[in-house]
Amino acid sequence: MTTPPSPTAAAPESLLAAPDQASQSAITAEIVAAHAEAERRVAAGEQLPTTLYDFPAYRSSILRHPTKNPRLVDPETIELLSPAFGQRDVAAIEADLTLQHAGEPLGERMTVEGRLLDSWGRPLRNQLVEIWQANAAGRYIHQRDQHPAPLDPNFTGAGRTVTDHEGRYRFTTIKPGPYPWRNHVNAWRPAHIHFSIFGSSFTQRIITQMYFPGDPLFALDPIYNSIRSQKDRDRLVGVYDHDLTSPEFSMGYRFDIVVDGPDATWFEPEEEN
Amino acid sequence: MTVVPPRTHTPTPGQTVGPFFAFGLQYPDMNQVVHPHSPGSLVLGGTVTDGNGAAIPDALVEIWQADSDGSIPRARGACRRDGHTFTGFGRAFTTDEGRYEFWTRDPGAEPGRAPFFAVIVYARGLPNKLHTRAYLPQDEAALAADPLLAGLAPDERATLIASRTPEGGLHFDIRLQGEKETVFLAY
Repeated sequence: MTTPPSPTAAAPESLLAAPDQASQSAITAEIVAAHAEAERRVAAGEQLPTTLYDFPAYRSSILRHPTKNPRLVDPETIELLSPAFGQRDVAAIEADLTLQHAGEPLGERMTVEGRLLDSWGRPLRNQLVEIWQANAAGRYIHQRDQHPAPLDPNFTGAGRTVTDHEGRYRFTTIKPGPYPWRNHVNAWRPAHIHFSIFGSSFTQRIITQMYFPGDPLFALDPIYNSIRSQKDRDRLVGVYDHDLTSPEFSMGYRFDIVVDGPDATWFEPEEEN
Repeated sequence: MTVVPPRTHTPTPGQTVGPFFAFGLQYPDMNQVVHPHSPGSLVLGGTVTDGNGAAIPDALVEIWQADSDGSIPRARGACRRDGHTFTGFGRAFTTDEGRYEFWTRDPGAEPGRAPFFAVIVYARGLPNKLHTRAYLPQDEAALAADPLLAGLAPDERATLIASRTPEGGLHFDIRLQGEKETVFLAY
């Protein structure tokens, strides 16, 4: 088929540093000012998204965020349902990121467990949960990651599972390291695990990141801070749970995920078995 | 009319998909909603661009659709394709030229409604997901009756309607910002 001429591609982030290379203190000041401005606008009655699309401290968002407000629409039937997943879609071993190679990965072994719930606290069953992350040294296996930290031959960093009858998921992995990037001078991402979640409605689809308690990089990170309020940012921090910690084996973190969705998603999601 | 009770749980906020999602989200034949050699198969494709009109080489596009007869797929297996089951879901990464492509077939809809693909786009530099729709172009009556399209200015409306290629495929560009910015949706 005919392909129209493509515009020139922008280089990927790892190859293209933000042009201005601001200092951390300048970026931090931008973050503080943006939060204050968002708070002021909300106090004045404006509706702003929880995650701000227009957040210039995250430099690569400047040309990639929509400038118009989204159009509010009544979901059609197709949007109120979502792809059906089941145990046939994933293998049990995909939930254990420490078993995917001949040897054990280096790092702090951990389990992360949580429940997938809707806005009324009901469990979302048989939904696909995908995760990906850097290794213990803060290196991604992705070919475009240029961070000169070691790759771990025993760690890929990708996992998948399907939630159970209580909406529960559980992964075994190692704690990822912080990761340097070129948003500004001396920019480091707090340690995080990427989560991709399907709900019972396509409108509930979410991709997000789980962080770790007490990370000293929180206040410095433009991506974490693209969420404008502290209590919403806190929702992305996994909770250390000693009852999930296994004696002489692994540390345990709990991370529950609540999907959003219009009121139309209240009507009983279909039962899947 | 059933009354929807107040929500009791606050949603988890979304975050950018970041630059390195490929190894975490890829699976075999993920952009083949149908097998390329199956009856009615076509390519749905386009380019994702930024506010300068530059292609975005690290975007992720997902589609979810009814089958051609309007039925909504309930079959499992979108992550493990068997080559014949229609699951209605596809996922594609943009190429270095910002282009995404799916093998699929035309969606249907309930009688009188305009068929569309439900589309979500994610990218490095995009702080959260964006929902949109890619409508089929031909059925002018159904398009005219569509509640979303009816409320849009002509230039906005045009961003949501795919065009039919000479080969019978569908072309649908996604512009995150700027001139002809795609209309994105909130529910």
